Amino acid sequence: MAEPVSVAAEYLAGSRARAARTVLGQVVLPGEELLLPEQEDAEGPGGAGERPLSLNAGARSRVRVVCGPGLRRCGDRLLVTKCGRLRHKEPGSGGGVYWVDSQQKRYVPVKGDHVIGIVTAKSGDIFKVDVGGSEPASLSYLSFEGATKRNRPNVQVGDLIYGQFVVANKDMEPEMVCIDSCGRANGMGVIGQDGLLFKVTLGLIRKLLAPDCEIIQEVGKLYPLEIVFGMNGRIWVKAKTIQQTLILANILEACEHMTSDQRKQIFSRLAES
Amino acid sequence: MAAERKTKLSKNLLRMKFMQRGLDSETKKQLEEEEKKIISEEHWYLDLPELKEKESFIIEEQSFLLCEDLLYGRMSFRGFNPEVEKLMLQMNAKHKAEEVEDETVELDVSDEEMARRYETLVGTIGKKFARKRDHANYEEDENGDIKPIKAKKMFLKPQD
Repeated sequence: MAEPVSVAAEYLAGSRARAARTVLGQVVLPGEELLLPEQEDAEGPGGAGERPLSLNAGARSRVRVVCGPGLRRCGDRLLVTKCGRLRHKEPGSGGGVYWVDSQQKRYVPVKGDHVIGIVTAKSGDIFKVDVGGSEPASLSYLSFEGATKRNRPNVQVGDLIYGQFVVANKDMEPEMVCIDSCGRANGMGVIGQDGLLFKVTLGLIRKLLAPDCEIIQEVGKLYPLEIVFGMNGRIWVKAKTIQQTLILANILEACEHMTSDQRKQIFSRLAES
Repeated sequence: MAAERKTKLSKNLLRMKFMQRGLDSETKKQLEEEEKKIISEEHWYLDLPELKEKESFIIEEQSFLLCEDLLYGRMSFRGFNPEVEKLMLQMNAKHKAEEVEDETVELDVSDEEMARRYETLVGTIGKKFARKRDHANYEEDENGDIKPIKAKKMFLKPQD
């Protein structure tokens, strides 16, 4: 708790923009401005030392920087809009990606995200699907694999759908599809019978879907099961018996606040029984 | 008299295509420019000094897909749903394969073998479309190779 307090005090004392490079992995608060690496040289500490003369002062070779969730462009700098830790990734081409690793429960639809939705209404040619956002997304009946005007998909009100957004911005109603750009389903569509759907925080979903997640590896060793993760904070699980399904749901909900030791204890106890 | 005084034609009438065929190119151009001016003056514009938008090198993206490599959302363990397990392998492998650069495509068949095959292929296909008279050209000798095509037999006039 001391860290964010000291950061806030420093910020209020003299609001000087900090270099993004120095703040990586630290907590940032909304309203802070971050300098990109090229700008640090130009705005170095005033008056101290000599600055090397650059031959062409005007031309600066800039690489493209992507500012991800939690950051906004503000002139030449990045403006933080969410509180969390600043992260950076260096891709192959161009500049890096900066983003803020924040925690929230409320989902805002984003284009390209795979989500689990619940069909709430069927009107004419489209289904209204609740994805946890401010308005229900629309899903056309032709956006399923192998669907034609004569061959309609078998979707009822109350079904669970795993799909992705094609349109998702603040001005329009979100639209989702269960098909990719080539026309194949790739696992999207109606999720099968039985199972349990529950809600978790968005940060946990990203943690569980990380490539090197131990929780998922350990869970997979317990018993045969199936899980579907939606980026809107919804998880659907299914196992052979109801008891196993409930155990799995409880583990996934609780593992957000457990340390790795506690987790290992629980898994070993389950493995015994 | 009516012939002396020209009937006054309206401006719109004079602007029509059939009235302008008789004019020379200069007057035509002038008329065109006048029309364009009228149209562009009707367009609204902002009376502000010209602002140059600075080319910005920062792109805003709201999606986490770019930031973190996330696995595919559907998972199945210990054979609960074999189709999903196949999908898992496919999607996660595709995700890794995108990072690997394209290797050069290796040739399955070498160039020499291709030339040899093509040589015999020409003969077999030619045989298929040859007429009965030309079948003599395509006879095979002992080795099975197709003989080269002989000269065509022309009509010989009898010497009398």
